[in-house]
Amino acid sequence: MRDLCLLSVGEMLGGMAAGEFTSQDLTQACLARMAALEPQIHAFLFIDADGAVNAARAADARRAAWRMGDDSLPPLLGLPIAVKDVLMVQGMPCTCGSKILEGFIAPYTATPVQRLLDAGVVIVGKTNTDEFAMGSSTENSAYGPTRNPWNTAHVPGGSSGGSAAAVAARMVPAALGTDTGGSVRQPASFCGVSGIKPSYGRVSRYGLVAYGSSLDSVGVLARSAEDAALVFQHMAGQDAMDATSSDLQVPSYTASLPQNLSGLRIGVPKEYFIDGMQPAVEQRVREAIAQMEALGAQVAEISLPYTSYAVPVYYLIAPAEASANLARFDGIRYGPRETGENLLDVYHHTRGGCFGSEVKRRIMLGTYALSAGYYDAYYGQAQKVRTLMKRDYDKAFEIVDVIAAPVAPTTALRFGQHTDDPLAMYLEDVFTLPANLAGVPGLAFPVGFDTAGLPVGMQLMAKPFNEALLFQTARVFQAQTDWHRRMPEQGG
Amino acid sequence: MTNVNTYEPVIGLEVHAELLTRSKMFCACPVVDSTRAQPNTAVCPICAGMPGTLPVVNRQAVAYAIKVGLALGCRINPTSIFERKNYFYPDLPKGYQISQYQHPLAESGSLQILTCAGARRVRINRVHMEEDAGKLVHLQDDGGAAYSLVDLNRAGLPLLEIVTEPDLHSLEEMKAYAAELRAVLRVLGVNSGDMEKGVIRFEANISIRPAGSAVLGKRVEIKNLNSFRTMERAVAHEIERQTHLLQTGGIVEQETRSFDEATGETRVMRSKEDAHDYRYFPEPDLPPLVVGEDWVAEVRETLPELPSARIMRLVEQYGLDLPQAQQLAESYPVADFFEQTCSMTAMPGRTLANWITDSYFAWMNERGRLFAEGRTTPQMLAGLMDAVRTGRVNRATAQSVLFRMLDSGVDAEELIRSQGLEQVSDHDEIVAVIRAVIGEHTTEYERYRVGKVELAHWFFGQVMKRTGGKANPAMVRELLQQELEK
Repeated sequence: MRDLCLLSVGEMLGGMAAGEFTSQDLTQACLARMAALEPQIHAFLFIDADGAVNAARAADARRAAWRMGDDSLPPLLGLPIAVKDVLMVQGMPCTCGSKILEGFIAPYTATPVQRLLDAGVVIVGKTNTDEFAMGSSTENSAYGPTRNPWNTAHVPGGSSGGSAAAVAARMVPAALGTDTGGSVRQPASFCGVSGIKPSYGRVSRYGLVAYGSSLDSVGVLARSAEDAALVFQHMAGQDAMDATSSDLQVPSYTASLPQNLSGLRIGVPKEYFIDGMQPAVEQRVREAIAQMEALGAQVAEISLPYTSYAVPVYYLIAPAEASANLARFDGIRYGPRETGENLLDVYHHTRGGCFGSEVKRRIMLGTYALSAGYYDAYYGQAQKVRTLMKRDYDKAFEIVDVIAAPVAPTTALRFGQHTDDPLAMYLEDVFTLPANLAGVPGLAFPVGFDTAGLPVGMQLMAKPFNEALLFQTARVFQAQTDWHRRMPEQGG
Repeated sequence: MTNVNTYEPVIGLEVHAELLTRSKMFCACPVVDSTRAQPNTAVCPICAGMPGTLPVVNRQAVAYAIKVGLALGCRINPTSIFERKNYFYPDLPKGYQISQYQHPLAESGSLQILTCAGARRVRINRVHMEEDAGKLVHLQDDGGAAYSLVDLNRAGLPLLEIVTEPDLHSLEEMKAYAAELRAVLRVLGVNSGDMEKGVIRFEANISIRPAGSAVLGKRVEIKNLNSFRTMERAVAHEIERQTHLLQTGGIVEQETRSFDEATGETRVMRSKEDAHDYRYFPEPDLPPLVVGEDWVAEVRETLPELPSARIMRLVEQYGLDLPQAQQLAESYPVADFFEQTCSMTAMPGRTLANWITDSYFAWMNERGRLFAEGRTTPQMLAGLMDAVRTGRVNRATAQSVLFRMLDSGVDAEELIRSQGLEQVSDHDEIVAVIRAVIGEHTTEYERYRVGKVELAHWFFGQVMKRTGGKANPAMVRELLQQELEK
């Protein structure tokens, strides 16, 4: 019998529709693979085996009861997916990878998750993350790191490392991630999968535990751009619960494909190829760009002069917002409460004891950046530079349709490589931060491997709300290449 | 005794007023009376500050805020910004309060107040929107250990903060401002004015300076003043404290103080060094609040006449004296009732006003009823007034007719007719009664004749009694005089 876990999203939906297998078959296959691989990978913080099987059974019953002439069935009916543990799923734990939310059960469901549930998905569990999505390796999870299925001595990237690893290891066909400074694209790149970071405002943030509210976005990781598009289609769109969500119409992300990329103008920003980046990364990305050129695209070098400010600007704005977003975790309402002589003690002991060091570092950074007398020099100045960075992108998109660039300067790091050097770790984000600061969409996908056999990823960026062009371009590329079909031996 | 007159207080008020919207500021939870509702029954993940939730602005609250801004003559900013005010406290579920700071909704207005010294305008610095915090209840367990419970019913209620310039220079001015602002909020229909429910709360900033000086002294803020009386006591005490300090060579520190109801004194809460750094920054979850000219114009259309303007108009248009006008305008339904009645009767306004503030209000007191519960329409009252004016009923009878009208909703004419209450103005009939009374009381008559003239009043009472109170009193008085002198 063929391994259902290896099918694409389209094949899974088609197979269920054709009656070749049921959602229960599929879900059981995923759960079995999770059970087999989780001891090495640790992609999940919570697995809802019983709930998933029940949901799959309900999906199958619904399909069986469907008759010609009824309303059409939900588009993703019976498709198993995983959800990053920073998104609320009512009745499931939501820890955000933090001790401070230990034992917290979500009292409501996040809008993008609810939309997928309405579209028929089966949720198998919650995936690992750096604590409150702060990190690039999952090493900051309070519940232990996730390992890269390509090589378990390496990190899967982060913060959506659990989702990336689960998809790479074929435990699930797709998983939700979040991207505040690269947290979908960088783990997608490290794990050799495709990941969409939408424009700010394209997907509702309601139910996403906020880290950097003006930067946060909810995306999808899947094996191909097409798989990601099939799922993303049903998450996007305005939400009355999120005042920052856009009312722009959601186009079709899976419309029929052109044969090639003729007429597409691709800009390659020179600031994204820097000294010290891993040569294999630059080579694979340039090869992929050449291949796109061969497919008819016009390629030109462009400049995004403010790129080098991305790290300092991001590490002022995101921590500032985080310092307020995480203030509610004070031991009064959620998770463990440490004792103390007085209220202030309770706060200090609970927050001091239950937040990890990276979270505390960013809360302190952010608190400082907002303090009286420092606001203008730090937070205020960072916002001004952010505006200039947005203009960089506006100008670039006057002359090109998409921007092509590496996702990270390196392939997946070894565990512990930067844990004693936070700044070196922050610099890993230099290529992904600008898209969040500018609010533009980015799509990461695999373009080859380094000499150690670790995946290399590339990202495409487009004008705000032009995710459709990103999906289309990556799908044309993936129709001609098979990097996205490669899978780690771990799961083989 | 210290000589208080050598110093002048400078007072600025920050008034927090809850807005009477149906739902909370940023979520769909209903606004409930938090002094009466079961704790934590009007709470959802959003106002409980659950992780992942987001605020969405209540447009009705914005409309109310615009209304207040316009009523106070403020400029309504086309773009205002919500910001996060960060501090830790168990009644603040998110660890920050969504408020406005650098770019408030409305700025630069004024409110006219009336004091013994006449009318003057108090400048308003700003009107901004924010959300209320929850409520803590402090208790003790059986063993005497203190613990606290959190009630989030109030968390997220829409709140308006109205801030004056330091323009108030006496307790009288401060009270007049607070009362006038309360009246304005009630008339606008945005706040019930129920002080005992805590829907209006004050913070006062007080400094003192040598009388006539233009320099401001060190400012002390007193927080949590929840009634006019408390505010007055606290500020009076604070003025006295600062005056005494300065007169005895002391220094006033810039600090935040609280008022102790029991001792009647203010106490230090926070020194300047301990002042909170609220680390305000723009709320990333809410886009800038854009209020277009159309919206402002639409709200302007709904603005009622403000209390001070109405009082002046009542004085000028109806010839009322000031206290009368103030009494009527205290409640707009009463003033409306007065004006409508006035338009239907030739009774002078001043007399009609007395009928309302004396007789109608007496009925409310006696029956324990509200104004709106009286079953009399302006038309019915006008009918009664005409009956009084034309002498068909006398005043005393009319008062009892009014009470019956308010009780029953039956109109005056019918009550008068069906109960035979019409005033007796027939000359012969009255003379006949007078003669009968005199005939039956010859002893009193004799005593009157020999000089006990005050017995005239007694005879008057007897005649009125005999006619069931219906006789025209003026005629009785005149004819009685003639008969007694015969």
